[in-house]
Amino acid sequence: MSAPPSTLVDKHAVAAGAEGFLRQQRARNGEKAVFVVLLLAALVSVATTVGIVISLFVPAFQFFDEVPITDFLFGANWSPTFANPQFGVWPLIVGTLLITVIASTVALPLGLGSAVYLSEYAKDRERRALKPALEVLAGIPTVIYGFFALTLVTPLLRWIIPGDGEVPQIYNALSAGLVMGIMIIPTIASLSEDAMSAVPSGLRQGAFALGSNRRQVSTRVVVPAALSGITAAFVLGISRAIGETMIVVMAAGLQPNTSWNPLEIHQTMTAFIAATAAGDIATGTVVYKTIFAVGALLFVMTFVMNMISIRLVRKYREVYE
Amino acid sequence: MSDPNGSPSPPATSSVFTTGTRIRVHESPAGAMTESTPDQPVSVASASAGVSDGEDADRAYESVITTRDLSVFYGSYQAVREVDMNFGKNRITAMIGPSGCGKSTVLRCFNRMNDLIAGARVEGTITYHGQDVYAPDVDTIEVRRRVGMVFQKPNPFPKSIYDNVAYGPRVNGWKVQSMDDVVEEALTRAALWDEVKDKLKESALALSGGQQQRLCIARCIAVQPDVILMDEPCASLDPIATSKIEDLMRELADDYTIIIVTHNMQQAARVSDRTAFFTADVDDDGVRHGRLVEMDWTKKIFTNPSDPRTEGYISGRFG
Ligand SMILES: Nc1ncnc2c1ncn2[C@@H]1O[C@H](COP(=O)(O)OP(=O)(O)O)[C@@H](O)[C@H]1O
Ligand SMILES: [Mg+2]
Repeated sequence: MSAPPSTLVDKHAVAAGAEGFLRQQRARNGEKAVFVVLLLAALVSVATTVGIVISLFVPAFQFFDEVPITDFLFGANWSPTFANPQFGVWPLIVGTLLITVIASTVALPLGLGSAVYLSEYAKDRERRALKPALEVLAGIPTVIYGFFALTLVTPLLRWIIPGDGEVPQIYNALSAGLVMGIMIIPTIASLSEDAMSAVPSGLRQGAFALGSNRRQVSTRVVVPAALSGITAAFVLGISRAIGETMIVVMAAGLQPNTSWNPLEIHQTMTAFIAATAAGDIATGTVVYKTIFAVGALLFVMTFVMNMISIRLVRKYREVYE
Repeated sequence: MSDPNGSPSPPATSSVFTTGTRIRVHESPAGAMTESTPDQPVSVASASAGVSDGEDADRAYESVITTRDLSVFYGSYQAVREVDMNFGKNRITAMIGPSGCGKSTVLRCFNRMNDLIAGARVEGTITYHGQDVYAPDVDTIEVRRRVGMVFQKPNPFPKSIYDNVAYGPRVNGWKVQSMDDVVEEALTRAALWDEVKDKLKESALALSGGQQQRLCIARCIAVQPDVILMDEPCASLDPIATSKIEDLMRELADDYTIIIVTHNMQQAARVSDRTAFFTADVDDDGVRHGRLVEMDWTKKIFTNPSDPRTEGYISGRFG
């Protein structure tokens, strides 16, 4: 080993001799510019959120000046555009809940099942092929799913389920719910799989070494350890279902219905908003403000669901590190 | 909590859990060979076993696990080459040698954990009480119930201390009379009971590293294994925790056959009855393969090894 290159040594030698050599030697403006740009980027999304909340809740509050909130929440008749308008939102809640429950019933088990398969059973090669396929599925425009529901699933249901010609109706909650469930499977599967692959392999090995079979390793060790991620996947999937519009407009119809029969036509909150916003209504009228009231309710429902699930996760998850 | 797939009760020894006396090991499977000398002719060790050193002459030497011409491959890479070994009942056998010489690889064959590694393949034979561990009709789950394992990094499940210990009996579907007794006894045997008896429902992850490792030993004991494999069980522990585990191993040797991989020469010398020294040879193509250099009574390996490579390694380490 020869002596180190002298240029490197010299720089420090000079600096060390000079007065105040520990002070900043060069301007670093780039640093500041990057900071400002990043801050602005972050502020844009915060500002947008605040903007949405204000533009949603201000007209919603104006709506409640004209219609008592109790009429809105507890009334069972929804006909805001009629000559004698009724503003009971219950039928829209029924439609929304019904379809969301059907979608969840389809998507939670199938999504979790796919995730367990991908993460615990599939060979590396299968996983590498299937995971991207799932993610592509998640990107299909919802209007395609709506079309699929209307032209394939509904006729199939009408053929399978014997009705007296009354049900299943052309527009029905079941068809929309089933297809919506299929739509959110990839989201749930993909996110759950991420959570499960993040579980340390040492835990699996420990479980196998105690004589577990693969199913026991999956259900008793991996899934509980990944529970918080899996719950997040469920919540995101269900939120998408609640907020989904296109499928329900196309397949479930636009008629408010308080019946819990999934074979009948139902209007969801989102379907009402879409249909009413697309119709021609004058700004500032009560009907116009109805849109915001329903939107605000949707917002609150999703928000509450998120809060509850965060609580549940905190309580039941198994933290592995 | 029972499992529909599992066997209805712990094999042969369930009563010990309820009477609170010490846990007995599995009965050897029917037809197991229980001769009093190692049934494996090749090794230097068997010649000296119970003879030359006089050590343990009072106890008959009985092989529990025997390997013959054992080679392990990862894909086309032969990680371990033609290893002949035997492991004596109720003895502690240490496997030592430089990193990457295949100690863990060999260890993972004994409970077929290598099956979980894609591309891993075994040649030669391994017998457990005379039964071929890799025979086509062998169920890996049965193997792993009898041959337990403790890992380098403590890996308790993110569950309560209680549930960690109860895990094995539960997945194996044993109908034990009282799971509480099983848990208490396993924790007692693992020298952990006094430290955790007031917080059985708390998360195992709140324990210190050494306690976690003893919990993993308790978890392993709770399925009543016959052999316990330990892969550098103290590698991540401080000296005090290490010495606790070493004491524990000596106690467990009364009832279990223990095989421990260790980097720590002093540890091998302190705890083991027998020692196997591995090294890595470079073949003509420049590829490294793990090999067994020699296997003998620990005292002999450390004072008077047969192979100069063993002597070099040990004196180098003790320096
Ligand atoms: N899962 C694996 N896949 C491929 N090669 C492996 C794997 N595990 C170990 N090896 C290789 O096998 C050889 C022996 O490794 P190992 O048994 O871990 O050695 P040791 O435990 O003695 O340090 C090493 O060359 C290592 O790179
Ligand atoms: Mg190793």
